[in-house]
Amino acid sequence: MQIQLTNAGLKRQGKWLVRGIDLTLQAGQILTLIGPNGAGKSSTVKMALGLEKLSEGTCTRDKNLRIGYVPQRLQLDWTMPMSVDRFMGLTPGVAAAEREQSLARVGLSAKGSHPIADLSGGEFQRMLIARAIARRPNVLVLDEPTQGIDVAGEAQIYELIQNVRDELSCGVLLISHDLHLVMAATDTVLCLNGHLCCHGSPSSVIENPEYQALFGSDAAGLAMYDHHHNHTHLPDGQIKHG
Amino acid sequence: MDDFILRALAAGLILTLMTGPLGCFMVWRRLSYFGDTLAHGALLGIALSLLVGLATQLSVFLVAAGIAATLTELERRRQLSSDALLGLMSHSTLALGVVAIALMGPNQINLESLLFGDLLLVNAGDLMLMGGTAIAVLGVLLVLWRPLIAATLNNELAAAEGLHPRASQFCLTLMIAAVIAVSIKLVGALLITAMLIIPAAVARGLSKSPEQMALFATAIGMLSVLVGISGSWFADTPTGPSVVLGALLLFLASQVYQAILQRRESQ
Repeated sequence: MQIQLTNAGLKRQGKWLVRGIDLTLQAGQILTLIGPNGAGKSSTVKMALGLEKLSEGTCTRDKNLRIGYVPQRLQLDWTMPMSVDRFMGLTPGVAAAEREQSLARVGLSAKGSHPIADLSGGEFQRMLIARAIARRPNVLVLDEPTQGIDVAGEAQIYELIQNVRDELSCGVLLISHDLHLVMAATDTVLCLNGHLCCHGSPSSVIENPEYQALFGSDAAGLAMYDHHHNHTHLPDGQIKHG
Repeated sequence: MDDFILRALAAGLILTLMTGPLGCFMVWRRLSYFGDTLAHGALLGIALSLLVGLATQLSVFLVAAGIAATLTELERRRQLSSDALLGLMSHSTLALGVVAIALMGPNQINLESLLFGDLLLVNAGDLMLMGGTAIAVLGVLLVLWRPLIAATLNNELAAAEGLHPRASQFCLTLMIAAVIAVSIKLVGALLITAMLIIPAAVARGLSKSPEQMALFATAIGMLSVLVGISGSWFADTPTGPSVVLGALLLFLASQVYQAILQRRESQ
């Protein structure tokens, strides 16, 4: 057990953002939070990371967590001059080789010396993911990691997350809107809507009436749609055959 | 050349060692109004130092740190924007300071020298205090550089990575308060923010990394001090404002330089 929330709730200015969350993140497990906007997904992640103090319930975290975090809508102030390499190096204890390798994995190896202000939205997001995995975390937390990334790149990112989980056997806490991609890539799903609607394996959650009420019964068919390609999409959008 | 000019030069140069890097953080974190607020609070600090009999710099530092702590607490409550809170604190502490000084009776304090400073009145004791503060500030900056940069880029990311952004932010605030405390006599409450912001603004367009920007800002601050003090010597103008004008000249020159560079690139 790496992170455990028990009956956790977060209240701001008299309003509950989210309540009654039970969540256990195990090493080597991918746990995905889904739910409509305002369902409390990001609040749940922030409670789990200790960034927000719980208004009720408890949060226990293993003492030796090394967290790689990709926040939602990271706003950087462009008044600070900063290259991609320098930004990657801001995390303590990451070797240069590790940084270069992570950048290569998200298809950004040519961008190391570029100012981050010049990156596109998708490139910036991929850099954040590279930065999170470069520190070889034992917990990887990604809040909507594929925002701004094109459709071909999205599948690639989820594949990368799975590969990193396999290599580092880290726990992965993921927030996502890409139901069809994420259902194939996750071990456990937590469906939130201000409270915990349902949870379990992807196939059991899809059958759940509360899930179908939230996402429509179409989502059930869509979610398990699984197929194979004769080519792969590299993260930079290029296609590799065979 | 006279001693007082040399002392003024030394004081100005020591000051820019601190205002260079700290000013960069103020530009990055959009703290210029915050700096203004602390500087206005310095007036209240001076009034209090006379009432209680505390050393001026210590009193100014305590008031500035108190204002910073109050602001942090009020911001945490999220009822008013920090912009509105700063407006509230800035002008009420300024008013409180001016009223307190007036109540102490006539000729206790020269208000003009508090607002605009007098670089030429610096004595050896001031220089020692400034030198000590500069060494302390630069030492803390060296130790906290990485967490400060990380926290400036994104608080939550830094917190998740275990870099304790709150603690480093608190240290940054104390350092800004300390710089204002030791420099209030030299450049005055109205001009200290200019010394923090303008050199950093000049450096932004010229630098490719945060470290480079801090070094450039220091060098540009020093150049402004040299230009300003020699200008005030020859033209017999007030020293503090002359230094700020020196910095402004450098800012304008850097804008022209960048415009020429851009035009060349596009041709």
